[in-house]
Amino acid sequence: MSEITGDAATGVQFDKVLSPTSARLRRRRWLRGPNGELRVTPLLFMAVPLVLLITLTYYPVANLFWYSFTDWDGIALGKNFIGLKNYVSLFTNPQYFQVFTVSLYYFVASFVQMALALYFATILSFSTRFRNLFKGIIFFPYLLNGVAIGLMFLFFFRPGGTLDATLAGLGFGPASSHPLWLGNPSWVNISMAGASVWRYTGLNFVLFLGAIQSIPDEIYEAADLDGANSWHKFRFIIVPGIKRIISLLFILAIAGSLSVFELPYIMTGGANGSSTFVITTVQQAFVFQRVGFASGMAVILLIVVLLVTFVQRRLVPDDDVALS
Amino acid sequence: MKMRRVIAGLGVFVVAAGLTACSSGGGSGSSGSGLNGKVTGSIKVLTQRTDLITDGTMKRYASEFEKAYPGTTVSFEGITTYEQDVTTRLSSGNVGDVLALPTTVAPNQFSSFFEPLGSVSDLSKTYRFMTAKAYDGTAYGVPTFGNTMGFVYNKTVWNDAGITTPPTTPDEFISDLKQIKAKTSAVPYDTNYKDQWPLSQWNGDPSMTGDKNENNAINTMKAPWTGTNSYLAISDGLLFDIVHDGLSETDPTTTAWEGSKALIATGKVATMYLGSWAIQQMRDAATTAGKDPNEIGYMPFPYQVNGKFVATVAPDYFSAINKKSSNKATAMAWIKWFTLNSDYATKSGAIGSSVNSKNPSTLADFTADGVQYLEQDPAPKGQENLQATLIKTSQIDLTGGIYRQKLVDVARGAASGTKTSFFDNLNKEWAAAEQSAG
Repeated sequence: MSEITGDAATGVQFDKVLSPTSARLRRRRWLRGPNGELRVTPLLFMAVPLVLLITLTYYPVANLFWYSFTDWDGIALGKNFIGLKNYVSLFTNPQYFQVFTVSLYYFVASFVQMALALYFATILSFSTRFRNLFKGIIFFPYLLNGVAIGLMFLFFFRPGGTLDATLAGLGFGPASSHPLWLGNPSWVNISMAGASVWRYTGLNFVLFLGAIQSIPDEIYEAADLDGANSWHKFRFIIVPGIKRIISLLFILAIAGSLSVFELPYIMTGGANGSSTFVITTVQQAFVFQRVGFASGMAVILLIVVLLVTFVQRRLVPDDDVALS
Repeated sequence: MKMRRVIAGLGVFVVAAGLTACSSGGGSGSSGSGLNGKVTGSIKVLTQRTDLITDGTMKRYASEFEKAYPGTTVSFEGITTYEQDVTTRLSSGNVGDVLALPTTVAPNQFSSFFEPLGSVSDLSKTYRFMTAKAYDGTAYGVPTFGNTMGFVYNKTVWNDAGITTPPTTPDEFISDLKQIKAKTSAVPYDTNYKDQWPLSQWNGDPSMTGDKNENNAINTMKAPWTGTNSYLAISDGLLFDIVHDGLSETDPTTTAWEGSKALIATGKVATMYLGSWAIQQMRDAATTAGKDPNEIGYMPFPYQVNGKFVATVAPDYFSAINKKSSNKATAMAWIKWFTLNSDYATKSGAIGSSVNSKNPSTLADFTADGVQYLEQDPAPKGQENLQATLIKTSQIDLTGGIYRQKLVDVARGAASGTKTSFFDNLNKEWAAAEQSAG
């Protein structure tokens, strides 16, 4: 006569001498995993973040899809289903997509951002004097609130403001000979893209720095032994090591430039040819009270970003890079 | 044992969540007595005048009201981005007891959110402008005060340029501004382009044509922006000419509303087109800058009908009662007291909404110029939402500043087009919207 072997929690081995499995034993078999832990514990740990994710992200997005098929104005208690009419009027009016040309300025700016960030990350990951001070200075703008940055740059760009005074001091002529940085439609997007570069270089810098510093020192020593100079080290050690980060930042750059909103909205409100797709969406929703139509615009933006990400991942696959 | 603890924990969590959900529903209990019940208890008033909360004026009104009606308490909630925030909160009913009726709500939606206050004919015996926020003969709001439209100007600058009487035609106005530019160092006109809403003021004077049905007539007009077909052609035309002739600021994208008050008070800017509510604000800015407040004058729009100026008089915000309020009697008592007994209207230098109120001292210039006031007719029955629909479809926000910012851009050469091409396009879009609205 064998006893029940092992812990009753395994719930698997029963001696046929025992009566038909009692309800309690059945519960235990279902409740507990192979090591005695409760199966439901991981779910309980995930409960809070899952609840937040669902209520604050997935539920609103599901609502967004629903609203895009209605003609809701944001106030009415009822919503009328109108099918694909919002999407039809969106695609038959090219003016809504012309604003994507403004996103090109921010897209180009993100390349400038990445180049600057990579440069600083490389030189600051080796021993340089006042390294930590420079790291702090470069990262600081990212911590500032977007509205504060927008207001600050309004003073910077106004006629006779900080930029004009600095250029005059450097010998570029008096303020009146400078273009209107925000008033001139050829300059307004460049000025604001510049403000965006100032704001986000710190984030790219920190990501690059982390990636570079995670490369083990032995590799550099081995390279030194083989007679590599700084440029060789950069090209053959650092660049392969940060390929993943570059790929991530590229996706962020595309998504970011397609959905740029905060800086132009604060600084010009989208006037003078600086309007972006998201600014137009917000205006449609709150000025013209076409929340259903604006939801359709938001859905289209989501699809475009997903498509671009998909294409980018296909063209530049995420290979594993082994450095040693 | 472990299982029991887990279940107990989950149980506590669920009960707590349930309780919090219950309490956030708010005390929606006793709404039974309606508008004529006992005036007691507490109410919350939502207001866009955050400046009056900061300087203590609202608190003073609250204590005066509480003295008149013992047993009541009034608290305030000031909201800076009023329209956007309150519009979003309407459907939840979390808008206090008394609130300023947001302009985004369409007339056929009033009954879903606000308590009916009585019939228009009854309430018009006490208040002016009652038809503006009414639907089907029932009123849903009481106006706080009325405004008229005109140009705030710096008398010293205009006198220095040699102009002593207000211009009577748009061309005369333009040549006056040119004189100011030539003879003084002031910027003749400040558009306040950056903040966008000041440009919407150019929509404020339909009565300038002398027609009290003007605001409804444009909804069926073929080409409102041509010639002198409508007030839109006249006022938008004048704005275009001012900017086109270089009579406004050099960089519109960096103007600032608060800063512009100091500019006109100190004579660096000569003129701005604003509602009469602005006169007191500009005078206060003059006092702060150490200047004489009477330097700020007010002139009517330069357009005359039969040799007379005609200016629109229209209500500002309306006070409404939240349909889900639990203390409607006190709310109604507050609205009555606030509109008829408090100094809110006179402090703002505005036209009171009581039928007995006289014109404020800020409009002395208008009286001197013999300006006639004309209230616009409400929309005919069945067409209350027509203009809002036309605005949505044509994307020409008459009551906003987006299309007028484009107008300023075309006028100053930052966008392609001429006055004719821009106005023709506006006419085309408007006509297409009229067509699709049926």
